[in-house]
Amino acid sequence: MPVRIQTEDFDASREIALLRRGNPQIGALASFIGVVRDVNDGDRVVQMTLEHYPGMTEKSIADIIGQAKGRWSIFDALVIHRVGALKPTDQIVLVVVTGAHRGDAFAACEFIMDYLKTRAPFWKKESTPQGERWVEARASDDIAAERWRLKG
Amino acid sequence: MVTVVYCARLREALGKASEQMALPSNLCDLAALRALLRSRGGAWAKELADGNLVRAAVNHEMAHADAIIKDGDEIAFFPPVTGG
Repeated sequence: MPVRIQTEDFDASREIALLRRGNPQIGALASFIGVVRDVNDGDRVVQMTLEHYPGMTEKSIADIIGQAKGRWSIFDALVIHRVGALKPTDQIVLVVVTGAHRGDAFAACEFIMDYLKTRAPFWKKESTPQGERWVEARASDDIAAERWRLKG
Repeated sequence: MVTVVYCARLREALGKASEQMALPSNLCDLAALRALLRSRGGAWAKELADGNLVRAAVNHEMAHADAIIKDGDEIAFFPPVTGG
């Protein structure tokens, strides 16, 4: 299953080993891990709660992986995204892409992450010493996703 | 009937996670549904105001205001996403 939404943590080494297993054609593997920071917009973050829209989440990420496979020469991709209550230093998201060469693996990994940030239905709520607040979408994320459109 | 889902900040502000609605016969797209919900007033008028960035999905796919909706659809309204 190339897309998993889960509350529990993940082990990137294990996931990478599983994705690579038995495929000697793989010459490159690119990965990204997103992590909870302890500061956002100048305030201390004590906890972060991630919510998603079940059904659409899996479908939208599978679609993003499908687009990546159509644009770059890659073998496979895996996305694990956590939901629920997370603390600073906790892992949030893992993206792994395998391919024959690094260029396509790097590009596809970054593309998947940029598209996930603007198209997959997740929302973060932060707990700060001042109380809880929903994280606002960033214009920089839209710009990051948009540049892939210009190239396409 | 359609199912309308509200996520994240919208769910909290509207006090509702989802509802079943009968579509008026003349209602055919997302913009019209949003206007109908807005006409409930209060938080609905405020949260779904035209100036607010509200995203929508029809049957789990991101959709624009002119997306056609029909009986049996699942429609969702939510703020811009902030995952990753």
